[in-house]
Amino acid sequence: MDRTTPRKVVILPCSGIGKAYGALARETAYELAERVRPEKTALTCLPLLVINDPDAKKLVLENPVITIDGCPRDCARKSLEAVGATVAQACQAIKFYMAHKDLKPEGLAQLNEAGRKLAKVAAEDLAPTVDRLAAEE
Amino acid sequence: MMNIQVTKVGIVSCSGEERPEGTVCRMACRRVLDQLRPNETVTICLPLFIAGGEEERAFASKYPTITVDGCDKRCAAKATETLSGKPSRSLLVPEILEKHGLAVPTARRDYGPDEEPVVRAVADEIAKAVDQTLEEA
Repeated sequence: MDRTTPRKVVILPCSGIGKAYGALARETAYELAERVRPEKTALTCLPLLVINDPDAKKLVLENPVITIDGCPRDCARKSLEAVGATVAQACQAIKFYMAHKDLKPEGLAQLNEAGRKLAKVAAEDLAPTVDRLAAEE
Repeated sequence: MMNIQVTKVGIVSCSGEERPEGTVCRMACRRVLDQLRPNETVTICLPLFIAGGEEERAFASKYPTITVDGCDKRCAAKATETLSGKPSRSLLVPEILEKHGLAVPTARRDYGPDEEPVVRAVADEIAKAVDQTLEEA
């Protein structure tokens, strides 16, 4: 494929505003995009896929995508698949907590301190996956 | 015809992970849901219009809805109208901030006192729209 822009790994978090794990999904995405791997990742708004926005569709069709869902409804993964894109890695935010049970995320609009720490840890855990996907042709 | 009193308004928020205005939407909507009009409002995650079932897609037929968008792509308004039903009111964060002479925050997370006037202005406008919608119902 003729590529005019560097390959980015798209991070697509749940956009829920009703559960702490939705907030954790979003905070993990921000950690990856702003701190851990800013040069290799891109964020897009999940609702843009819901309205079939052409720029957002192009981004997810031309780059690998990591979805991070906040509940079993899997909105991020399903919305991605609905526009014909393939999920490179599907994550459930609750599994971040299952792996680090000392950090209990709480809060809806904004996470508590433990939740923010968990997001940092989860982003570090996902970094090797970002590196691998960014390096693939 | 039986006259059924409408007592709840559905709030559909842009989640705008990519933009600070999306965070303003989420923070302001949560404030209305949790503090300003907790007994008069309910919400739904916008992507559930795609990922959910018939019940989620019938959201706008069960409740009069107010959509709150962070940019002029108006994902929340378009998705609600296309997949659920016409919103009663559609609010746009940049218009509200312009009306109040406030600038859009630059950060996408970790909101505190600096962003408080922006969140308060948007939340107050949503609460006003809730009251107007219930009065008209």
